[in-house]
Amino acid sequence: MHEVSIMTEALRMAMDAAKSAGATRVLKLRLRIGTLSGVVPESMRFAFDVVCNDTMAQGATLEIETVRAACWCATCQAEFECENFFNECPRCHDVSGELRRGRELEIADVETE
Amino acid sequence: MCQECGCGNGGGDVKIGAHTHEQEHHHSHEHHDHGHGYDHAQGKQTLNLNRSLMEKNARLAERNRGFFRAKKLLVLNVVSSPGSGKTTFIRETAAKLSASLRVGVIVGDLATDNDAARLRTAGIPVVQITTGTVCHLDADMVSKAAAQLDLDQLDVLVIENVGNLVCPADYDLGEDLRVVLLSVTEGEDKPLKYPPMFHSANVAIITKKDMATAAGFDRKLALANLNRVSHHAHIFELSAKTGDGMQAWLNYLTEQNAAAKRK
Repeated sequence: MHEVSIMTEALRMAMDAAKSAGATRVLKLRLRIGTLSGVVPESMRFAFDVVCNDTMAQGATLEIETVRAACWCATCQAEFECENFFNECPRCHDVSGELRRGRELEIADVETE
Repeated sequence: MCQECGCGNGGGDVKIGAHTHEQEHHHSHEHHDHGHGYDHAQGKQTLNLNRSLMEKNARLAERNRGFFRAKKLLVLNVVSSPGSGKTTFIRETAAKLSASLRVGVIVGDLATDNDAARLRTAGIPVVQITTGTVCHLDADMVSKAAAQLDLDQLDVLVIENVGNLVCPADYDLGEDLRVVLLSVTEGEDKPLKYPPMFHSANVAIITKKDMATAAGFDRKLALANLNRVSHHAHIFELSAKTGDGMQAWLNYLTEQNAAAKRK
């Protein structure tokens, strides 16, 4: 359950920002997670409820924006979406391992009150 | 915090010591206060953060990198599964370079300082990090451990990471080169099973070459897999035990060290 420790860090960042802004409650957290980040969104949701208990984020909602992984094809000079780290370009069939997106693990924004 | 398995919550268990029985330093996290400059308004508001959940380690790793560069050190982060031969490989590398380069080692393990003891017996300056429940080293642990070595007396600093091909992949330690080991007894498809680690490596080394025949190692297949996943990495094949293939690796390291000195 590595998602628990990731959510703990996300919540820490959210609460720090909320406190700095003078807010008393965190209403919503929005995370950006790449499809190759190694994190399972369902487990993140489960972990979220657990870590928010008895904090200023209790009852908050979690929104996860999924970032589809994409590789860069040097031959075509263009990106193509992919499922893994190494992929064949659908246009020219050259193999590319140059991942441009998909490893994101970010906190996008926080809604507070 | 560990992105992969969540082990990092037990950070209080981490101990660092040149001699673990005499000196024990508890690992603690610093708390920085970053002001956000938002209006202290009433009611609902959305705060844009757009920050990586791994940013703290990334920041500390860059600090390490700058510090090591100022010391003209070549820093290696050696990673592999448990039992691939990291300690023997590091010991033999240090021994064979001893006439020309001084090598110091930071060793990470969940428990015991057996690996550090093996290196210390060989006369190599060693600091042990006992991570407790944590399955990887992070930049903060390395910074604290490095402070216990006389870096001015070293040319090369080798960090022997915890034996694990998953979690250490996400943690930049401030190294110049990430070196991944794959022993012939492990199976040729390891690079395909653990692509983030193998993909992130600058150097990939096939170890225990002397056992290849007994293990039924398919060299061609292993190299094909490595070339696919670690396509940009320098690949070496060697046996630290017999010394076969070591010279090419030592030559490469010597060149890299000269480059680090020029930076």
